[in-house]
Amino acid sequence: MILTVLHKTRYEFAAPVGGIIQSLRLTPAKSESQRVLDWSIDVPGAVLGTPLRDGAGDYVQTVSVRSPSAQIEVTVSGTVETTDTAGILRGHRERVPPRAYLRNTVRTEPNRAISDLVSEAMKAKDDAPALERAHLLAAAVAEAVAYKPGATSAHTTAAEAMTEGAGVCQDHAQVLIACAHLAGLPARYVAGYLNATEDGSPHEASHAWAEIHIEGLGWIGFDAANKCCPNEHYIRLGSGLDAQDAAPIRGLVLGGSEEELDVSVLVAPLGQSQQQ
Amino acid sequence: MAEPYFNEMYDAAGLRTPYQMLEGWHQNMPAEFRALKQAEAEDLFRRYGITFAVYGEGGDPDRLIPFDMFPRVFTSEEWRKLERGIKQRARALNAFLSDVYDRGEIIRAGRIPADLVYRNEAYEIAVAGFRPPLGVFSHIVGIDLVRTGADQFYVLEDNCRTPSGVSYMLENREVMMRMFPHLFQENRVAPVDGYARLLKRTLASVAPEKCDRDPKVVLLTPGHFNSAYYEHSFLADLMGIEMVEGQDLFVEGDFCYMRTTEGPQKVDVIYRRIDDAFLDPLCFRPDSALGVPGLMNVYRSGGVTICSAPGAGVADDKAIYTYVPEMVRFYLGEAPILENVPTWQCAKADDLKYVQEHIAELVIKEVHGSGGYGMLVGPKSDKATIEAFAAKLAANPSNYIAQPTLALSTCPTFVNEGIAPRHVDLRPYCLVGRDIELVPGGLTRVALTEGSLVVNSSQGGGVKDTWVIAEE
Amino acid sequence: MLSRTAANLFWLTRYLERSETTARLLDLGFRNALLPNTGGGFRNEWSAILQSKGALQQFTEKYGELKQRNVESFLFFDLDNPSSVASCISSARENARIVRTALTSQVWDAINTSFQELKALSRRERSSLEVPELTDWTLRTSALIRGSIEATQLRNDGYRFMNLGYALERADNTARLLDVKYYVLLPSVAYIGSGLDNYQWTTLLRALSAHRAYNWAYGGELSAKQIAHFLILNPKFPRSLLSCTIEVNAHLDQLARIYDRSTPAQEAARAMLGELAEARIEDVFDEGLHEFLTRMITENAGLAKCIDDQYLIGEAR
Repeated sequence: MILTVLHKTRYEFAAPVGGIIQSLRLTPAKSESQRVLDWSIDVPGAVLGTPLRDGAGDYVQTVSVRSPSAQIEVTVSGTVETTDTAGILRGHRERVPPRAYLRNTVRTEPNRAISDLVSEAMKAKDDAPALERAHLLAAAVAEAVAYKPGATSAHTTAAEAMTEGAGVCQDHAQVLIACAHLAGLPARYVAGYLNATEDGSPHEASHAWAEIHIEGLGWIGFDAANKCCPNEHYIRLGSGLDAQDAAPIRGLVLGGSEEELDVSVLVAPLGQSQQQ
Repeated sequence: MAEPYFNEMYDAAGLRTPYQMLEGWHQNMPAEFRALKQAEAEDLFRRYGITFAVYGEGGDPDRLIPFDMFPRVFTSEEWRKLERGIKQRARALNAFLSDVYDRGEIIRAGRIPADLVYRNEAYEIAVAGFRPPLGVFSHIVGIDLVRTGADQFYVLEDNCRTPSGVSYMLENREVMMRMFPHLFQENRVAPVDGYARLLKRTLASVAPEKCDRDPKVVLLTPGHFNSAYYEHSFLADLMGIEMVEGQDLFVEGDFCYMRTTEGPQKVDVIYRRIDDAFLDPLCFRPDSALGVPGLMNVYRSGGVTICSAPGAGVADDKAIYTYVPEMVRFYLGEAPILENVPTWQCAKADDLKYVQEHIAELVIKEVHGSGGYGMLVGPKSDKATIEAFAAKLAANPSNYIAQPTLALSTCPTFVNEGIAPRHVDLRPYCLVGRDIELVPGGLTRVALTEGSLVVNSSQGGGVKDTWVIAEE
Repeated sequence: MLSRTAANLFWLTRYLERSETTARLLDLGFRNALLPNTGGGFRNEWSAILQSKGALQQFTEKYGELKQRNVESFLFFDLDNPSSVASCISSARENARIVRTALTSQVWDAINTSFQELKALSRRERSSLEVPELTDWTLRTSALIRGSIEATQLRNDGYRFMNLGYALERADNTARLLDVKYYVLLPSVAYIGSGLDNYQWTTLLRALSAHRAYNWAYGGELSAKQIAHFLILNPKFPRSLLSCTIEVNAHLDQLARIYDRSTPAQEAARAMLGELAEARIEDVFDEGLHEFLTRMITENAGLAKCIDDQYLIGEAR
């Protein structure tokens, strides 16, 4: 499938600021699941660094604006050819040993409810193949955390989302990571895009899911929010230990003032993209 | 009565060779003269501004670290062996870092448990797969040594991040030379003042490949409220480089620049004296105001070199320490010259059991602790202290390691009544760049309280000038 | 040179000059208070002095009534008052500590010693300290530090930034002192030319250590116009606005030479010098002395901002 992406992030400031500096993880890397046909990142008035491929195989790029600005806009657009690999990340060049993804951060630190969830899901399954255990955990998380936009914020931790029993894709991913770690499986957070409607109608298409490492198979994506593994509707941007670590945009406003953020992400199969 | 500790000046056979020239010196020194000299030394230190502020203790930030005028002396034979051992260890630690951020051969070979490395807090995923210039991660390796006999030295711990204290090594010598010039005229004390030049050369030697000019080296300090700020400014000044704070640097495109009165100036090498977590808010702690936003991207694309490399701390973790002799054998194919202190990992059930049974005889330390805090010296503690510590140990065993209480050697030290033996340790500073360098000397710390084995300056320790007698 | 280092050097001297001015104001108030009560029972010298520092409200909130002892403490020792002598010397020492390696040991010694002496002074019984001792100490300290800078600092860019700090702060302070006398101190216009008026002019000149110099230059007669001329336009008096602006220009020109690059700061300084060099005192009074001084204070601050943008931020290419 060929997907087109148009992702705009606009910052509006109450008073002009000194500029911004950001580290972007906004360029899909090549794997058997995805191939970039064309891609561009545009920030008017900015200096862009050369994209670098980090140890996790993701493209990272510095962008900075160093002049007083009242408004800054980051526009990402491109076309990606995707293939369904049943969620398996193959042909993705990376150097980080999977075992490095066994550690927790503040956002993926489990609480009692999460460890209970894991014990329940793993009951009598200790000898089951790792892949089966991973599927069971993903299903348990989907069951335990209802999809409910607005129930959580960007800073919500896995433990908080679990207590709340509700959240969005970010929370599902972080809870699943906490569960996988408890089960001894390396797991990480993935940020990307999802083409969610068959007819290509515009929709909020930023998405996140978890990857769990299965010995012998490698990294496999689990989208607990949608109870599936990533397929040809998914575009993978980058990974990290949690939502903050894997964020597509990490930035700072220089001499900051109140900012207003406006994000729009459109993903559609080629030929079906709507005029804005 | 024989002392239970090795006395570096007087052993069973009497006065030891390296101290021969000092016996007459201190014996012929009238008490008033000594008091005068001691006051002069303090005045000199205060004038130079060498003070030591202890984090979180409050009190006088301008407090002086106590200086003992009685030098500690090594013969050149003793030093030669130490030097070979220290350099060997520094090479092995760097080989280990190169390896674990690359293919991890030592783990694949089953010589070190994977989780000890990859699950270690200090292992930085952000630099996995990245090879810094010349493959060097730890450019300044401080190795803490203790001595228990004429020929017995043990490594207490390795410091691969940003070991501090080298300014004392340099200033102690400076002060001694000003106060007792005749001692240096009459003895062949090897100089240490080449350290700054060697450090600068080491740092310049690891400039990025992209750098096609005389490398611009800067020292990055957390600021003047930091307890080691004096050392930062002292070293920067000796090297003739700028001492910068995070706010003095900024990233644009593929490079890092310094704000100067003539506009932005490109920086090639950053000798950082701040922790990994604070280096770059866009990569590590987002609330850090001490670092430089975007720095890690510039670093990883070869636009600037950070010394020591982010992630170097995984080599000096107390849990990894046990495996350093193994690293020497694995990477260098050599037998380790310096021994480790036998260490029990409380994370291991058998070790924990032994430690709990022998708690009153052991020294127990936090895995990530430093500065002499959070440790128990069993034989020097009362029952209540031991019991309180035992409870902490039981609650979180993997946070602790234990070592036998070492019979630390003593050096003569000036006390009210004349001289008396006091326990000492030694931290030499090994420089790793294109070459591996070690100046003949280091920082000798001395536990000024009678019988105390804790030499940390935050716990009432002092410092001494450390001499290596040059070869004839 | 690192921009932050330049900024520290620049502010180091600004604080030193400011501490001196505060001491001079304290002296001015003290001398005025010695005046026999000819002002019809009117006693607003201290409030005028606090007003000139923009600190009247802060003072009243903290101390309430305008007692002389309290004003003395507030202006000299109070660390809550950012322009007290103690605050300024502490800030100067802090700036110096940060840039220790850019200072000669004599300069550091002079600054550090003054800080230690200040600590000793603040430990002394307050009743044993009279204002003249405090102001004398401040002026002596200030001269010692400035002398050490002149005698020992390398004539490099750092030296230029230190002198820019001195000159810009001094211009600002002279303008404010003159403004206090003319605009704030006198109860009403009816007092112009009165004994009170003359006494106040004299004390102002004394506070500026300029009394004898004025007599030599203008023949001893006190007149507002001549005094204003002396303090604004006389190039021989080292605290005059013109002298300060000449200094600013000289050091900025040196910077342009050192860096082989001229910036908008040099232009702005030249424009200010152009006006002062051409001005006649009649023009000043035509504009209104207060209006003129207010404008000069603003222009001087604008020049400082320009120097900041061009040199002390480090992004100007």
